Amino acid sequence: MTQYDVVVIGAGVTGSAIARELARYKLKTLVLEKEEDVCSGTSKANSGIVHGGFDAKEGTMMARMNVRGAELIRKLHKTLDFTYRENGSMVLAFSEADLPGLEELKRRGEANGVTDLSILTGDEARKLEPALSDEVAGALLSPSAGIVCPFSMTIAFAENAADNGVEFSFLNAVKNIEKTGDGYKIEAEKGDIYTKTVVNAAGLYSDKINDMVSSRHFTIVPRRGEYVLMDREVGDLVSHTIFQLPTRLGKGVLVTPTAHGNLLVGPNAQDIDDKENTETTAEGIEDIKRRALLSVPTVPYNKTITGFAGLRAHEEHHDFILGEAEDAELFFNAAAIESPGLTSAPAIGEYMAGIIAGRLGAEKKESFIETRKGVPQVAKLSPKERAELIAKRPEYGTIVCRCESVSEGEILDAINRTLGAKSLDGIKRRVRQGMGRCQAGFCTPRAVELLARELGIAPEEVTKNRPGSELLIKEAE
Amino acid sequence: MMEYHDIIIIGGGPAGLAAAISAREAGAEDILILERDERPGGILNQCIHNGFGLHTFKEELTGPEYAERFITRAKELNIPIKLKTIAADISPEREVTYVNSEEGAVTVKAGAVILAMGCRERPRGALGLPGFRPAGVFTAGTAQRLMNIEGFAVGKEVVILGSGDIGLIMARRMTLEGAKVKVVAELMPYSGGLKRNIVQCLEDYGIPLKLSHTVTCIHGKERVTGVTISEVGADRRPIPGTEEYYSCDTLLLSCGLLPENELSKSAGVVLSRVTGGPEVTDSLETTVPGVFAAGNVLHVHDLVDFVSEEAARAGRKAAEYVKGGSTPEKFVEIKTAGGVRYTVPQRISPDTMDDKITLRFRVGDILKNKTLAVYFDGEPVRRVKKRIMAPGEMEELVLTKASFAEHPDVKEILVCAED
Repeated sequence: MTQYDVVVIGAGVTGSAIARELARYKLKTLVLEKEEDVCSGTSKANSGIVHGGFDAKEGTMMARMNVRGAELIRKLHKTLDFTYRENGSMVLAFSEADLPGLEELKRRGEANGVTDLSILTGDEARKLEPALSDEVAGALLSPSAGIVCPFSMTIAFAENAADNGVEFSFLNAVKNIEKTGDGYKIEAEKGDIYTKTVVNAAGLYSDKINDMVSSRHFTIVPRRGEYVLMDREVGDLVSHTIFQLPTRLGKGVLVTPTAHGNLLVGPNAQDIDDKENTETTAEGIEDIKRRALLSVPTVPYNKTITGFAGLRAHEEHHDFILGEAEDAELFFNAAAIESPGLTSAPAIGEYMAGIIAGRLGAEKKESFIETRKGVPQVAKLSPKERAELIAKRPEYGTIVCRCESVSEGEILDAINRTLGAKSLDGIKRRVRQGMGRCQAGFCTPRAVELLARELGIAPEEVTKNRPGSELLIKEAE
Repeated sequence: MMEYHDIIIIGGGPAGLAAAISAREAGAEDILILERDERPGGILNQCIHNGFGLHTFKEELTGPEYAERFITRAKELNIPIKLKTIAADISPEREVTYVNSEEGAVTVKAGAVILAMGCRERPRGALGLPGFRPAGVFTAGTAQRLMNIEGFAVGKEVVILGSGDIGLIMARRMTLEGAKVKVVAELMPYSGGLKRNIVQCLEDYGIPLKLSHTVTCIHGKERVTGVTISEVGADRRPIPGTEEYYSCDTLLLSCGLLPENELSKSAGVVLSRVTGGPEVTDSLETTVPGVFAAGNVLHVHDLVDFVSEEAARAGRKAAEYVKGGSTPEKFVEIKTAGGVRYTVPQRISPDTMDDKITLRFRVGDILKNKTLAVYFDGEPVRRVKKRIMAPGEMEELVLTKASFAEHPDVKEILVCAED
């Protein structure tokens, strides 16, 4: 019987960040994930923003984690090789009457420790962002806000954790948790697991996990947000992330370049019942499109390449629930992680690992590997570097995904590296194959072939993501 | 010293092969074709149905058979093709950077470039279809490749959105493979495909075609479990209350083809807002001197025979260009009206044009009992009665050098459909 020191439930960005920080300690750690890959829930479908830190109320965990998280991401993207860009953000006000709202955000940001905020006039804002509407009356500028690829950040945390000895188990949903004499017994899909401590980073399901152990119940409401993603060709319409000042009429939608240079519009916010309902709706998409035009009237929706919906793990108190449950010793929650959860993840990781290691009296490992190298983005190298790499490994010269210029070598890396891809979406999130304008129309057959070959499975067993999402039915006679 | 070729052709499909052959026959010695796939022939390789070549060879061939004739001829002429090679960039100075596993990334200079990259299918995301994003949603061409080249079936119960030709062909193909094709829904009040395909692929198999209908929800979290189809009004928006649920495991999309011009843009080529392809002269030269275009990269054709014919002209003109030809100075622009959406070419050089120029174009709606007319500065030059014209079928008109001789100072040509 294997006994773990820590079991982290959930391999989203929060769980992966915690796992990576726990890996610094002499602890036997396991991450349990119900899906087939990391970054499969809320972490995969969000705005990809590194928030400036002025949105969360002062004194909240959200504010603290946001500011610290953004600070960490600015360094970690180099250490762990994920895609991040400091593009700055603006919050727009559309009338004189709303200008005090910008001042309030600035004051809040400063109370949270953000020092570089400034207020612009409408004209100053348009000078920085010529595509902004003439209706813009003023803007809060946050120059150090950024954009991050949520996939590459989550995968980087998880891979680095795994490279440092953390174990991961996928398709292994938690069914029940019981207190034992000196810890917990987790009844999971693939069998029972014994551990001293449990970390609940189960995202949308963190209420269910908490309630298995603690009588201090809380409720996570899936708050759906829909998005529209446009071609990289129009990704430079704006350079900053453009928010709208929340007003009586709603929170506003954003227009932003993504870390990979696409243009993203969204999200709306609808509270729903079903934690799996990532459905987009015609009304929702129409609504975000219309509202984004208030900020930027020329958003080219005819360059749309896809639409998607993500679910935020909303809890009514609107603050992160971080720390040991009051009535359950050595059971730790990292729950109710909604925006700015992505920004906060590395700070949550640091904070939670610190508490857990302290409670267990764990020592730091000397062998911790701080850095991690991602899959080379061959098309972005100089011609000379590219040629050298191809000479070493010819597969880097065979382009499979032409929209995003992804080579066979990169796809093979995605499959074969630590915690490698096991599905088409897994490849897509690691190396962007199929992420471009043709949305995998041309490269799907080749990706299926490579995945089947590398995993030693039949092509009809290849899935888009979780089991049941097989693409091919059977060999045609 | 940068390697040089007289003519570099981007794409070894039907357009690229025909252009290469005719360029060689017109005297260009040093030709290089760059092809991204592991075999030449392009999309024809997966078109195993017949109906190709009726115009070119006066016989009915399958796609691979049609391609084979051009591949064989290109071999006889010793035209080199680099396979599994992708063109990554073209500069306005005609420097072409290509990438493959043997050579890495190489930049070569071309006397002339012929763009023959073809087109791609409009994906689900670009259509904005609401619902989940399960497995089982394929563009028709992807499904065709999976079936005909890779040898897999993609589904058992199928709904098809869009009545483009590939979707129609796939409706028949999947039916013959034992799948149940329940319905083809088309947003527009008319089909996007050829009449002969509607008859031979749907009607002959009893597959219903629902015009003015679209998919309004995709169901199924992992694999498609069904779709909701609604009728649309004249504004093409779904009419509430008309929703109908179809259970299926597969949704095929055949909702339009988009000329693939990312490389053309890198070369600085001006694209037509209507076709999505380069604007070209009667020599099929783009707005960048020495860069020519032909086939579906230029505008989406419905018959490969016309692609071959068009590409042959591009090849010949590119050969003339590298032998010391130059881009003519004076052009007459062709304007369109009355339901004619565009023409290819978009401009003609009266001084250097061939004796006959075929204008190809599409109309924007079903037009019945109309006359196609050509005006030179308001004066009728040519009139052709048409009983019916449809957006799914490419139309053509021939202009002769003689007409230009009669109108030496023509400033503007108008092509229109009128009563």
